[in-house]
Order: sequence, then C-alpha cells, then structure tokens
Amino acid sequence: MNHNKLPLQITKPWRDCESIIFTGLCFLATLVVLAILVVIVGYIAVNGWGHITWKFLTSPMTQDIFDASRTGVLSLAIGTAAKVILMTIAVVPVGAITAIYLSEYSSSKSIFTKVVRLAINNLAGVPAIVFGLFGVGFFIKTIGSTIDATFFSQSSGPVWGKPCLLWASFTLAVMTLPVVIVATEEALRSIPNSLREASYALGATKLETIFKVLLPISIPGLLTGSILAVSRAAGEVAPILFTGAAYYMAGLPKSLSDQFMDLGYQVYILATQSPNIEKTRALLFATSLVLLVLTLALNLVAILIRYRMRSQNKN
Amino acid sequence: MNKDTKISLALTRVQFNWTERILELGILLISATTSVAILMIFVFVGRESMPVIFGKSQLDASQSIRSVEDLHKMSAKEIMTYLGLSKEEYNSLDKQSLRELMLLKIETARDASKDKDAFINAASLKYLFFPHQWTGYDKPVFIWQPVSEIRKFNIIPLIVGSLKISLIAILVSVPFAIASAILVSVLVHPKIKEVLKPLIELLAGIPSVVIGVFGLIVIANIVQSVTGCVFRLNSLTAGIALSFAVIPVIFSISEDALSSVPKSYIEAAYALGASRWKMAFQVVMPAAFPGVFAALMIGFGRAFGETMIVLMASGNASILSASILDPARTITATIAAELAETVFGDPHYSVLFFIGLLLFVFTFILNIAANLVMGHLRTRIEGKK
Repeated sequence: MNHNKLPLQITKPWRDCESIIFTGLCFLATLVVLAILVVIVGYIAVNGWGHITWKFLTSPMTQDIFDASRTGVLSLAIGTAAKVILMTIAVVPVGAITAIYLSEYSSSKSIFTKVVRLAINNLAGVPAIVFGLFGVGFFIKTIGSTIDATFFSQSSGPVWGKPCLLWASFTLAVMTLPVVIVATEEALRSIPNSLREASYALGATKLETIFKVLLPISIPGLLTGSILAVSRAAGEVAPILFTGAAYYMAGLPKSLSDQFMDLGYQVYILATQSPNIEKTRALLFATSLVLLVLTLALNLVAILIRYRMRSQNKN
Repeated sequence: MNKDTKISLALTRVQFNWTERILELGILLISATTSVAILMIFVFVGRESMPVIFGKSQLDASQSIRSVEDLHKMSAKEIMTYLGLSKEEYNSLDKQSLRELMLLKIETARDASKDKDAFINAASLKYLFFPHQWTGYDKPVFIWQPVSEIRKFNIIPLIVGSLKISLIAILVSVPFAIASAILVSVLVHPKIKEVLKPLIELLAGIPSVVIGVFGLIVIANIVQSVTGCVFRLNSLTAGIALSFAVIPVIFSISEDALSSVPKSYIEAAYALGASRWKMAFQVVMPAAFPGVFAALMIGFGRAFGETMIVLMASGNASILSASILDPARTITATIAAELAETVFGDPHYSVLFFIGLLLFVFTFILNIAANLVMGHLRTRIEGKK
C-alpha cells in the first residue's frame, strides 16, 4: 500500500492549490519589481528623449542654469567624469591590494582578518551622507586646512581647505572601497589552487605568483568591481554636496582644487530649486536620462563581464 | 645530491627575500585601510560634534558681548570671527562701519536677553533630546528650528521622521523583495535565475536622485489622487519612493541566504511529500531565516541612511506627527539641506555633525548585528559548532 502511495505524492507538489497560488503570488511580486525598473526607466526616457539633441549633449552649461533652450550637459558630464576617474585612481589599488591580502595571506582565524572583514561589511552600510560629513571633517577641515597653513599661508582664501574636486573624489573612493574589494576577492578566490601550486613548483615566489599569475586572471573581477564602483559614484550625490559639487561655475575645473559641476547634483537642483517647474521639466528629464543611461550602461557592462567570468570558471 | 642542493637553495630564496617581506608588509598595511577608514569616520565626525556632546557650544550671544571700546584692542582675526565677517567683507569696511556693527551686535544681544530662553544652550544634549517649554508655548515641546531668533535644536522630530519613513519603506518593500527572492532562489530554473537576478539587481543601479525625481513627480501625484491628502510630498510618498531603493538590497541578501540552503533539504522535503508551498515555507524559509532577517536589518539601515530620495520626496517639514500623510524631515535630509548654510564651528554646524554621528553609530550597530545573524546562518547551514 505504501508503495502505491509514493508516486502519487511525487506528482502532488506541483499541482496542489496552495502551491499554485503561492507560486503565482511570488511570480506577481517579481513582475512588480521588474515593472518598477521598467516604469522608472521608461518614464524618464519618454519624457527626456525629446529634449536630447546633439546640441544639448555638446553645449556647456549656461549662466542661467534653468535656461532650458540653451543650456547643455557637457560641463556636467565632464565634471562627473573627472570625479569618477580620480576616484577610480584612488580606490582601485587600495581595493585590489586589500582583496589580495584577504584571499592570499589572511587566515580566517586571525583577529586582524576578522576586523578587516567587519570593517568592509560596515563601510558598505555607512550612509552616503555620513561620508559627506567625513569628507568635510577629515579631508577639508583637517588635511586641506593643514596643507593651506603649511604651504599657502600667503594666499588670500583657502586653496585646499574648501570643497574641491580632489576631496569629493577621495570621499567617494572611501565609499566605494568595499565594492572593489568584494568583486576582486571573489575573482581571486575562484582561481583553482592548482595554478598557485604550479607557479610555486616553477620556482616563483608568493609575490611573483600573485602579480604574474593570479592578478592577470582576476582582471575581469577587478574590472567588474571598478565599473560598479564608478556607477555607484557617478549617481551618488549626498557625499559630494559639501565636498566639491558646485551649483554653477563658469567653465570647467582647471585644477584639482577647483569645484566642479555634477550630473546628479544638477538633477537635484533642477528638481527642487527651479523657479518655473513647467519650463524646466524637459531639461530635468533629459539630464536625468543622461545620468540614468550612464549608470545603467555601466551596470550592464559589469553584469556581462561577471557573467562571462563565471561561465568561464565553470568550464 | 646535486638536485637536493638546488631545491634547498630555491627554498632559502623564498624564505629570505627581504624585498618580498617589505612588500608583503605593505600589503598588510594597505589592507588595514578599511578598518582605519571606519575609525576615522568615527573620530572626525565625532570631533566636529564635540561641542554638543560636552555642552560647550556658544549659543547665547549675551555671554560673549564686548564693548565698542574693545575694537582697537582686538586683532583683525578676532573682529572677523566676532562679527561673523569674511576676509573680503572685513577689508571693505572702515573703522566707523565696524563700530556700528559692534553697536548693532550689542543691541541685538540686549533685545534677545529680554527672553529668558536666550540664555539657554539649546545645542546641549538635554535640549536635543528632551522637550522644553519655550516662551510663548503652553507646554513642553519638541521643536527643530535651527534658524530663528531663539534657535531650537530638538532632534526628536527628525528621528521620528526617519523612523516613520524607513518603516513605511520596509513595509512596502518586504513582501515584494522576499517573494521575488523565493521565486528566484527555489522556484525557477537556474537558467532563468541567471537572467532574473541581475535584472532585479539592476534596480540598485538607478541613481537615488533619479528615484527622487520619479517620487517627486509621479508617486506624489498617485499618492495624492488615491488618498486625497493635503500635501503632495509626505511620509508615504517618500516611503514608497524609498522602497524602490530598498527592494534590491533586501532581495539580493535574502536571495543569497535562500540559495545557500543545501539542495538536499529541498529534495528531502519533496521526498517526504511536501508541496512546493510547504517546501518553501516550512523548509527553505526557516533554514535561511537568519539570512532573511539580516537582509531586513541591512535594508532598514539603507532606508534610514538614504539621503537624496527623502530630501526630494518627503516635504521636509520638521513636525512631530504620527500620520503617514504629513510631511516629515529625516536626519539625513536635515544634514543635506542645512550643512551648506552653516558656519564652521557654529552650534548648528556641531549639531548637524552630532546627528550624523548618531546616524553612523546606529547603522554601525545595525550592521554588526546583521553580520552576527548572518554568521549564525552560516554555522547552521554548514552544520559546524
């Protein structure tokens, strides 16, 4: 009798009423989540597309930042690019080396490793605005003011002890450090041990193994992490509110101690401080669309690289 | 024999390579950066909020008033800080106008001191957390009013605002995030999972200002037409917009937790005759529960700390209210909106750093707790003690 029951029970899980409703609800919830993505992107795209012209993309910002017919995004895009490039230069070496330490040197039992891991997890959860405060308290008021007092005591105003491009980039670098570390460490850990052993067997030292064998293989991971970091930093406004973003400045930043204009910050200004919402609406959506396309494209590239990396590892 | 010496030579080379040792020390030092960063955030945000913690901020003007005759005794720098002038402004003024400014300062102080509240150091912990009966009020109240003649820095309305909006965001996002995590982790084919998971996580790639714009324009209109509320921008609008940023966070972490449940559990459940629903809810979910709970904690931390969305969609009125249809002001939005207008060293500046410190400590504790819970999950799944 028991033998007869068994096949029935195996077919049952997929057919009963509860399971159908439950699976349907889960499916519905997933659809809603995907719909949120599609609706936001679609809404911004539909409303912003009409305003995107070659002139809009290649004109600098006009003095009246709300002048929808003449202003362009070029100065904003250059400012944002400068910010993320500097950030990448700062964050990638530190992130990669930390990942190397965690994957190749650390033992999971040492207290130092535990502290580093805890710090990485916590750094990822620190609110963006707190990084902004840290940027003011540390980079501007401490390091910047010290540099000013030492080297620029003759100058009329602060040179480094004020919001500027360099401090904004460094603030973002601290914020995106965990992203780079996690992605690179994952890539390093997925390298089979046989490669390390082969390298040692050929007489390579540990450092030679790391820099000539392991690191080249984990480039896709490092790249994924860097792209995700760039994408996050490009769209993040809170940390640069008081560390470098400018409301309006004539021309482009000429040195690292200049302020800069930023796409995300401009979206915020256009959305909340416009004197005439109706007139600047198209401008707002077009600027948002440029930012959105930039960050989503970066994310897609990162996803594709990671996908290829994982399927290669499987083979 | 010859071979042996060669090997031992190679081995000694590995052991006594000083450049390698030094470089490895460098790697060790650099990998401490993250821990140092956390420590420095605490130290430097904390340093700027010192005056509040120790009640040393100079709020009442009457204490530090100096007579006009002091003018020639004071250095240029002293005069500048005393009158709140920039270097350019100071250079453009002559002695006579400086005298007048000093007289004006004395006058204001005299006017202000008629009010007993002028002598209160409102930027001290007692007034930050507890209600106070200000002149003109019939009962003790919680008020955040940093720009007024008598400045009031009670942060309870901000904390309530932050809690209210993040709770709404969590309540809205949890059903969607967890249901889709269950679907992606245990109900669909791995091939579909490989497409769905990155697609949902793409939601995290939308910049928060763009979600803010969407909330400000679209969600605000929907909320108003559905509820008929007076204010378009209110806690509900901000909470819903915020949930768009929280969903991918909760989804991602709880999906990882659900996927980490061994396949054998699922097979065993089916073998015992469980339905799909029972498998998911009575086997996989309980096994992964610590991870899902940690996902909620991290999601709450993210909601509590998110700045731009709430700054744009919450209405930013610092009123103490339990209604979800009233505007609210969060801790993060307050810092973002007000820090640029404050002067370095001003009580308002210190208070903003102090609430930033509170925010940091709160999310720090939340993260550590979430990590502990997640570690618990790992030991449970791996079956180690």
